[in-house]
Amino acid sequence: MFLIHCPYCEEKRPEIEFSYAGEAHYVRPNAKEQASMSDQEWSEYMFIRDNARGEHCERWWHNHGCNRFFNAVRNTVTDKFVMTYEMGLPRPTQEMIEAAKHG
Amino acid sequence: MAEYRMQARGRVNEARPLSFSFDGVKYSAFEGDTLASGLLANGVHLMGRSFKYHRPRGVVGAGSEEPNALVTFDRGEGRVTSNVRATTLELFDGLVARSQNRWPSLKNDVGAFNNIFSIFFPAGFYNKTFMWPKSFWDRVYEPFIRNLAGLGPAPTGPDADSYSSAYRHCETLIVGAGPSGLAAALEAAKTGERVIIVDEQAEFGGALLSTPSVKIDDVEAWKWVEKAVDTLRSSPNVTMMRRTTAIGYYHDNFVGLVRRLTDHLEDGNDDGCREALIRVRAAKVILAQGAIERPLVFNGNDRPGVMLASAAQTYLNRYGVGVGKNVAVFTCHDSAYDVAFDLHDAGIQIAAIIDVRRHVPAHLVAETETRGIKLSSDTAITSTRGKLKIKAIEVCKNSSMVANKPEEVIACDSLIMSGGWTPSLHLFSHSKGSIKWDEGLGAYVPDQANENSICVGACNGEFNLSAGLSEGAKAGGGDITYLADDNYERTGLVPFALPKVKSNKKQMAFVDFQNDVTEKDVNLAVREGFRSIEHIKRYTTNGMATDQGKTSNLNALQIASEAVAKPVAKIGLTTFRPPFTPTTFGAMSGYRDGDLFEVTRKTPIDPWAVEQDAIFEPVGTWRRAWYFPRTDEDMHAAVARECKATRDSLGIFDASTLGKIEVVGPDATKFMNLLYTNPWNSLKPGGCRYGLMCRKDGYIYDDGVVARLADDRYHVTTTTGGAPRVFQHMEDYLQTEFAHLDVWLTSTTEQWAVIAINGPNARKLIAPFVEGIDLSPEAFPHMAVREGKICGVPTRLFRVSFTGELGFEINIPANYGRHVWEQLFQEGQQYDICPYGTESMHVLRAEKGFIIVGQDTDGTVTPHDAGMSWGVSKKKKDFVGKRSLARPDLMAPGRKQLIGLLTEDPNVVLEEGAQIVADPNQPIPMKMIGHVTSSYWSEPLGRSIAMALVYDGFNLMDETLHVPMPSETHKVQVVKPMFIDPKGEKLNAV
Repeated sequence: MFLIHCPYCEEKRPEIEFSYAGEAHYVRPNAKEQASMSDQEWSEYMFIRDNARGEHCERWWHNHGCNRFFNAVRNTVTDKFVMTYEMGLPRPTQEMIEAAKHG
Repeated sequence: MAEYRMQARGRVNEARPLSFSFDGVKYSAFEGDTLASGLLANGVHLMGRSFKYHRPRGVVGAGSEEPNALVTFDRGEGRVTSNVRATTLELFDGLVARSQNRWPSLKNDVGAFNNIFSIFFPAGFYNKTFMWPKSFWDRVYEPFIRNLAGLGPAPTGPDADSYSSAYRHCETLIVGAGPSGLAAALEAAKTGERVIIVDEQAEFGGALLSTPSVKIDDVEAWKWVEKAVDTLRSSPNVTMMRRTTAIGYYHDNFVGLVRRLTDHLEDGNDDGCREALIRVRAAKVILAQGAIERPLVFNGNDRPGVMLASAAQTYLNRYGVGVGKNVAVFTCHDSAYDVAFDLHDAGIQIAAIIDVRRHVPAHLVAETETRGIKLSSDTAITSTRGKLKIKAIEVCKNSSMVANKPEEVIACDSLIMSGGWTPSLHLFSHSKGSIKWDEGLGAYVPDQANENSICVGACNGEFNLSAGLSEGAKAGGGDITYLADDNYERTGLVPFALPKVKSNKKQMAFVDFQNDVTEKDVNLAVREGFRSIEHIKRYTTNGMATDQGKTSNLNALQIASEAVAKPVAKIGLTTFRPPFTPTTFGAMSGYRDGDLFEVTRKTPIDPWAVEQDAIFEPVGTWRRAWYFPRTDEDMHAAVARECKATRDSLGIFDASTLGKIEVVGPDATKFMNLLYTNPWNSLKPGGCRYGLMCRKDGYIYDDGVVARLADDRYHVTTTTGGAPRVFQHMEDYLQTEFAHLDVWLTSTTEQWAVIAINGPNARKLIAPFVEGIDLSPEAFPHMAVREGKICGVPTRLFRVSFTGELGFEINIPANYGRHVWEQLFQEGQQYDICPYGTESMHVLRAEKGFIIVGQDTDGTVTPHDAGMSWGVSKKKKDFVGKRSLARPDLMAPGRKQLIGLLTEDPNVVLEEGAQIVADPNQPIPMKMIGHVTSSYWSEPLGRSIAMALVYDGFNLMDETLHVPMPSETHKVQVVKPMFIDPKGEKLNAV
């Protein structure tokens, strides 16, 4: 069972307090964009995900804690959390991920 | 004294004799014995029958790795445990155990005919044979196979024992209290930090308990263990747990421990927890799991009396039991010599040492000569003789294996074997540590750790005692070195398939004793094209028994490696999976049993329903009153009465479980517009609206009445079961996609008790209790909300109806729920008020055609499919689900659509879930065009009603469809799903 660092609570908490909530950084198109999207484009937004091997940005929800959604980088091969960060922050750069790995 | 007991040897307490029974026969033993040592002391080797061939089997090991000696441990009603290893079952006076998988008796087992025909039962036999015809799968083949194969019987009644669980935290967790583990604990104890050390056995000491002659820093092994245990016991920061198995190693140093508390006690039936599951989070984990000796794979290696050399040493030195009086030794490894010498020195005759190796180390040869033990090197055992116990071995020089007869037959009453040692990597592998093949050792050893863990001693491939102790001490944080007198190198030969007589077709050389997998099976799997060790494992079932291949995996791997002509390291090892040893369901469930099995949420009105003898049903995590039967009423009669009473006069219903979410803030309306398909701008404060929520894929997710209390405040209700996920759905959007909106969400489900009053007399009932609200139809129409007081309690009073009758939903603070309910119920007597449960609620709503999300919808139903296009705003530019609803598939005609059904025979109530066809005379399999979602008897209509999802249902109005059931096919007519009061006259009653 993971220990997950909640960026809002600023501490590591056991995994049972959290729920996984899918891949991160898929931004919902606004009404105007939706209207102009083809069915193909819309279905790709809806259903197609990277399913990355290695470092993966994903959403977690601290539902039995502070009730906040946040993002995390987790390695899908080693199954290790690299870092977590607040919702709304951009996808971390490779340098930030490397720094988190060695820090 | 039992025949094979070696007086004044071992750690058993000769002053405390005891008696136990095995298969109804009474035997004597001593305190400190296991079932296995107790039976061996009485000369009993036959302890079980094998899984597939029902071959007689004796004990192979002396610890938790035991594959053969599985027994049923019987403590009486509700306390029967199957598949307990005789080697780990501690004896107490009066213990009762039975053998398994045999009939009528262990010695005469009818199932053994499988063995005679074993040539017909190779790997994959069942898969290949029991294929055709398909109709035989579950009726003939499965019962047949189940009868033949199997372990102990499953329990027939509930478990009479109780179990517990706990969380623990520590800086250092040490798994295994053998020499390395103890050395680690001694050093870790000095740090003052929290240390937990666990061992699966009844006492600490590990391998040292079996080798008392070893000296550590000039202290005899048992003395050293005693001193170490005393030191740890007097360290307040150290927790020691015996009889505690680390069953699994999970992320971030989370280790599951199962501690057995009462199985070894004579009065273990008394109250108290039988086992505890302890979840430990450790900063560092030191694994000192030791190693397991490997059997040799040769013809007849499963005969009772054949066992691991190390086991014989344990029985001799720890339990004071000789495994025979004339013991033969078969080895390819030095360590068997230690055992042979121990046995010899204890007065047991060694029939011969048969060593496969051409060159035996000179010091060992010299010692055999000193003792006068016959040693044959470069020789192998080609077969064993004996029926229920070994009588002799057949021996042949490796160079003359061609002839089909042994060169020599040597009599013996036991055979001990050693094929080298396998480091126990189980927990290390659970934690995803990588392993590497050590060619010299002929074993996998730990490579890179994935967690903050370290392997020490034999499980790290370090078989030298001094080095293992020092390794442990270092891992524990110390830098002392130990000197043990057991410091010679132990060498061995990696036991690939042994030399054998070529022409003997009947050979059965077992690799996996518990699953009856032979060397031939592994080779057959390779011949049939299996290359991956994971596939070979599944095809042969090697390593898939309850022992998880502790003694067999490496042997199977090496045989496969030779067969596919690839080095072992290229083949890889099968995955280790938790639990390390079989674990009871009781330990897994812990306290979660009976009333504590799961959380049961109860409403404030629930105790009243209990007093009325209501029948309850679980709904989500709630317990709800299902119906209120009067004397001698069945459910059908009760529900018919409840529905009729409500429609005729007055019904009262506890709706407190409805999910409630308070949506508040300047952007509350914007938020509602995005989350629900309906328009909200037009809803004025004081108004209610039926809200429909879709997921982003356009399918119905939830529904419920929403009240607008103020410009910036909504009281949202959800389905009972959907409350948590709707709240999550809302929070998710609010925190992520719509984070710019100034809105606050609060779950208020448990803050409000809700009493639904329905029926023509609803208004008359509540009128005398209500303050501050004008109840007149003009001032308070259908779908409106008002705030005021009822029975002196603040209320949010909704005029809504889930029945089609004049209805009110009274929201009051939960603590006043029962108070208000009882006042209304008493006042309602004049109107013959009738409490109704969820079943009547379902019937009443179905009569009106209201849907239940999750019953009439299934996650693939759009608002349009459900006939609720009116609930989807066409003006709003955006809401969750809007774009998906415009996808071609979701707009296509002919989708499954919700319609009503009336059976031709009004007395037939269709089964929910029944399939619907257009033409009942078509050949099977018929084309199914839909299914029944809701179906009830309607008392007011005097007939059955049903709702169904049917392809293109909207265009099939008035047509006749068919519902084929096993007994007969029912004719049904398609109608609109609205069975009473289609104009809503009752609903809007003045």
